[in-house]
Amino acid sequence: MKDQQQSSVALPLPAGRAAHALGVWRNPGLWLVLAVVGLAGAYPIITNQAAIREAIFTILLSIALASSLNILLGYTGYVSFGHVVFFGLGGYLGMYLLSSGVSLPVAVLAGGMIAGLLAFLLGSAILRLRGAYFALATIGINEAMRTFISNFGPFGGPTGISLNFAVYKPYGGAAQALWLTYYSLLILTLVAIVLSFQIKHSKFGLGLRAIREDEDAAEVMGVVTPRAKTWAYVLSAIIPGMAGVLFFFKNGNIEPLDAFRLHFSIELLVMVMLGGQGTVLGPVLGAAGYQQLRGFLLTNPTFKDYQLVLAGALLLLIVLFIPAGAIGWLRSRFPRLRRVLP
Amino acid sequence: MLLHVHNVSKSFGGLQALNDVSFELPEGQILGLIGPNGAGKTTLFNVINCVYPPTTGRVTFRGADVTGKKPYDVSRMGMARTHQIVRPLSELTVRENVMVGACYGGNGHRLREAARIADEVLAFIGLGERADQLAGSLNVAQKKRLELARALAARPQLLLLDEVLAGLNPSEVGAMVETIRHIRDTGVTIIMIEHLMHALMKLADYVLVLEFGQLIASGTPEEVTSNPAVIEAYLGDPKLAEGLMDSA
Repeated sequence: MKDQQQSSVALPLPAGRAAHALGVWRNPGLWLVLAVVGLAGAYPIITNQAAIREAIFTILLSIALASSLNILLGYTGYVSFGHVVFFGLGGYLGMYLLSSGVSLPVAVLAGGMIAGLLAFLLGSAILRLRGAYFALATIGINEAMRTFISNFGPFGGPTGISLNFAVYKPYGGAAQALWLTYYSLLILTLVAIVLSFQIKHSKFGLGLRAIREDEDAAEVMGVVTPRAKTWAYVLSAIIPGMAGVLFFFKNGNIEPLDAFRLHFSIELLVMVMLGGQGTVLGPVLGAAGYQQLRGFLLTNPTFKDYQLVLAGALLLLIVLFIPAGAIGWLRSRFPRLRRVLP
Repeated sequence: MLLHVHNVSKSFGGLQALNDVSFELPEGQILGLIGPNGAGKTTLFNVINCVYPPTTGRVTFRGADVTGKKPYDVSRMGMARTHQIVRPLSELTVRENVMVGACYGGNGHRLREAARIADEVLAFIGLGERADQLAGSLNVAQKKRLELARALAARPQLLLLDEVLAGLNPSEVGAMVETIRHIRDTGVTIIMIEHLMHALMKLADYVLVLEFGQLIASGTPEEVTSNPAVIEAYLGDPKLAEGLMDSA
């Protein structure tokens, strides 16, 4: 019967239109963004300037985290206010392992795995909730995790974990370790961008976007929504978990208030929304733009105390006037750009 | 039997939406489902494709009991449907909408193959030129066609059509009737909810009539439209009663 159907529906069709799904690696937009991020990342290495390295480190971290959050927020349509919990938990496990003599690569992988595992367990439970209820649950989880870690002996309770200086020795001392962390984060950020792009242009990503548009209709069309949502959550958690290890390794110490900063989660939302949720470029642009703005505000004597106030106002303005974000706005304004702006 | 509905009842709180409905559907037929507004037609669809479970009773599809399963389970078994109130994935292109059907329907195609099927189905359904447009930008008649295209891309064995003719102009109705007949000829079994009796008369092999959640009549279109109980059920709605008389 299937064959019969196929032939009957096989009416004249425009040849070669199926090209849509092809050429993931041939997309100029992906290469453009990888090149820009790669060059920006290479600049402090080439010029050997530690000060610029610190500024770029912050931007790269934001790009990696915002791109990961976008898998859940932009592709799947679920707002997570507590995404920093994965960054914090990964960081904590990584610091614990590092202080017990485990090497950095293993600690980074472990941080990613624990974050993915937490997302998997949480996903089965709270992804049944939709809309605002899910968003509220994610805040609850971040707060619960912070309280738990504050009272968890092996992770140092409220004082956290500080790395002994000797931990940096195998990496050529603290100064060299800072560079190593930077290289690692640069690679991780590029991986986050490629992952985000691959997911968006995969069958799995199509299912996620169907869920974002209309979850019930997606179910009727055969998308196994609980499974797809859980994997989206897991994939959006792994890189933040790994980045957490790198960040706190560089920092030298971790404590609950640093690891589970709720306002960092909200800043990530601002970045994704600013650049354009659901696009690959959006979180990259949003993260870089937001960090530039933040840097300006923090160093400006008039605004330095109002940086978060302005972030909140910015989020409000975006939601009200350009809910699609900068890249989303460009894509809808100039449909031709759809092909070049992933 | 492709589909077997056994003594299905569904109540929402105090409202009895379906009351002891039973019928069998052999392969290759077009089954018409009619009844006044609020008779429970869409509820019956929602039970058949597992949007919600029946309060009592069972549904068997392709020999397997699907009671209590999820819509994605029956979708993978070869059941597809359209919605009375269209549900386009608005921020996805028309092609991507149809690709979802092809990727996640019974055959679970890969993306590349799904894109090819989507283009075929869109050409067949007459939306080929709109493939790159966002689904949200289509008009209602086009969105109805998109619903049908998405369902067809899944290559279903059973297709549930919920008022695909409503809101179309007479020439569009004619074209859609031809399309539906063409789909049936490819071996797809169809259940269609429809108010346009003259169109249903042309298509349906068999008709079920629901009123207040109960099956009050069944038979060939001719038998049903001359059934006094059916005419009475429709009298509260003069326009439809008139339509019934005309076509009878």
